[in-house]
Amino acid sequence: MLWIAIRMLTGDSQKFYGLLFGIAFSTLLITQQLTIYLSLIDRGASGVYNAPEVEVWVMDPVSRTTDVSYAMPSTALDEVRSVPGVEWAVPHLRSAASVRTKDGDLEQVAIIGVDDATLIGLPENLLEGSKEVLQQPDTVIIDDGGLFNMFGPDADVIGERLELNDQRAVIRGVADSLASFTSTAVLYTKYSQALNYVPGTRNRLSFVLVGVSDGLSSDEVAARIEEQTGLKAETRDEFADAGITFIVENTGIPTNFGITVVLGFVVGVAIVGLTFSLFIRDNIRQFGALKAIGVTNAKIVGMVTAQAGMVGAIGYALGIVGTAIFLWSFSANPFFKGFFIPWQVPLVSLVAVMVILAITGWLALRSVLSTEPASVFR
Amino acid sequence: MSGAMNPETQAVEAAICARGIVRDFQAGQTTIRVLHGIDTDIRSGEMTYVVGESGSGKTTLISIMCGILWPTEGEVKVFGTDIYKLSDTELVNFRLANIGFIFQQYNLIPSIDAAANAAVPLIAQGMAIGPAREKAKKLLEKLNIADQADKLPNQLSGGQQQRVAIARALVHEPRLVVCDEPTAALDASSGRRVMDLLREVAVAPDRACIIVTHDNRIFDLADRILVLEDGRITHDGTEMPEDH
Repeated sequence: MLWIAIRMLTGDSQKFYGLLFGIAFSTLLITQQLTIYLSLIDRGASGVYNAPEVEVWVMDPVSRTTDVSYAMPSTALDEVRSVPGVEWAVPHLRSAASVRTKDGDLEQVAIIGVDDATLIGLPENLLEGSKEVLQQPDTVIIDDGGLFNMFGPDADVIGERLELNDQRAVIRGVADSLASFTSTAVLYTKYSQALNYVPGTRNRLSFVLVGVSDGLSSDEVAARIEEQTGLKAETRDEFADAGITFIVENTGIPTNFGITVVLGFVVGVAIVGLTFSLFIRDNIRQFGALKAIGVTNAKIVGMVTAQAGMVGAIGYALGIVGTAIFLWSFSANPFFKGFFIPWQVPLVSLVAVMVILAITGWLALRSVLSTEPASVFR
Repeated sequence: MSGAMNPETQAVEAAICARGIVRDFQAGQTTIRVLHGIDTDIRSGEMTYVVGESGSGKTTLISIMCGILWPTEGEVKVFGTDIYKLSDTELVNFRLANIGFIFQQYNLIPSIDAAANAAVPLIAQGMAIGPAREKAKKLLEKLNIADQADKLPNQLSGGQQQRVAIARALVHEPRLVVCDEPTAALDASSGRRVMDLLREVAVAPDRACIIVTHDNRIFDLADRILVLEDGRITHDGTEMPEDH
């Protein structure tokens, strides 16, 4: 009977494709929006991910994320270094600045000052140049996203001069890094150089980046630092989560994406429900005849379930493939750099599709099951 | 199968034994009695017509006789089985094993070919599609439409579709064939041909055939005619009464 059920469905090509479209569209919308949402809020932690060797981030107690920080006095660095279990501790400066390009464009950029000696705080890989170029005077390394936004996709910026807060800066490298949540261009430079670029205030040390000694956990050392210095110390994972949580709590992004996901679900229910109901209504006499002939309600339920299952499986696959194609087709755009589909997202979409089909299938089944076999004689 | 025929019972009992059949329908606050205590037997080996005006209760009567509509009162035994004492599932299985249906509008499934449509009862019984189609094709051959076996219903004429419906009703070799206005959607010559064919393939010593019709062009093919008027049998004979 399942063969008959599938043939009944595929034989009505308009409704079959309508159902596929409904499921595929819902899956695409839900998967794509959730993927973008999760990838986007993940950028709240990009500052942490871009400094992979750091195990503990130390900051003023009021600081919340890599981008929302309150500067500490420079003495904080020595305090942290004196804590047992701290293998190394380096200064880290993060601040905003205005930059004027050679063409006269004005851009807001983020300045990141990394430790002069070790260069800890730089992204692991550079697309152009080497980390050592930072030892040259007035050097900055731009992130690839910032390069794209400020100069375009194919620009050769090595040697490009910038006016950075009224001071000279020369781009000598391009970092392979994850973009920040706001996609602001990032200029990496030495800590000592960053102090020149950023307007002077008494305290300018944003973070102390820490590596822990062998045999100790990051949690343990972070707790010691907090206890001994009164500063806030968070492990890499904690600080990454804090960055993401900040985005979730302080922007309307979850609401906006949530609305789109809900709309995807509602549109799916509407399209699939309407089309499925039309399909069942068009075949109600055939179902009635089958019931009269001797097909049990259980088999009828099996038939409708098979029809829903087939539409669901194909539509879901199309939606997931569509999302993958979408991400692939935009993969060259730095805005989408690092975007990926977490395994939980297709699972959520699958559950949504199953709920859509359960609701619409149940509505459709009600009319089939309530059809009296005797109705075919009327 | 709970409804399996007992050979001893078959020898002494009619194919259908209906006693005291009453059927009421509710229309708002009003109860309308459609059948008023029908007592009749349908015998195997005969083509029995149930005729009457629209609203006389003939469709209600055969719906009750074939187990798809519960009577308000009365008892129906089909091949000795009191069908309304069976559970829902047993009754459905009984119909699948023992009854073949031919509907006025054919009710063929539009997206499967003629052979598959004819094979539906076998498939419902659990037979694999391949053997079921082969068996159905043999029957279509007997009905002279073997060459149409691979066509979809909408590629067939009305007469051809009704032949497929006949094949579907007979493919699982039921002991009772129930036809509802089988010629209503056909022109005179097609209707006649279909009925000739039905008589040829459906009437057998161990099979009862009951036909609801008001098509007087085919009354001469009946072995027995029951006339229903206002929910009562007013005539039971081999020919139509003079006043009809």
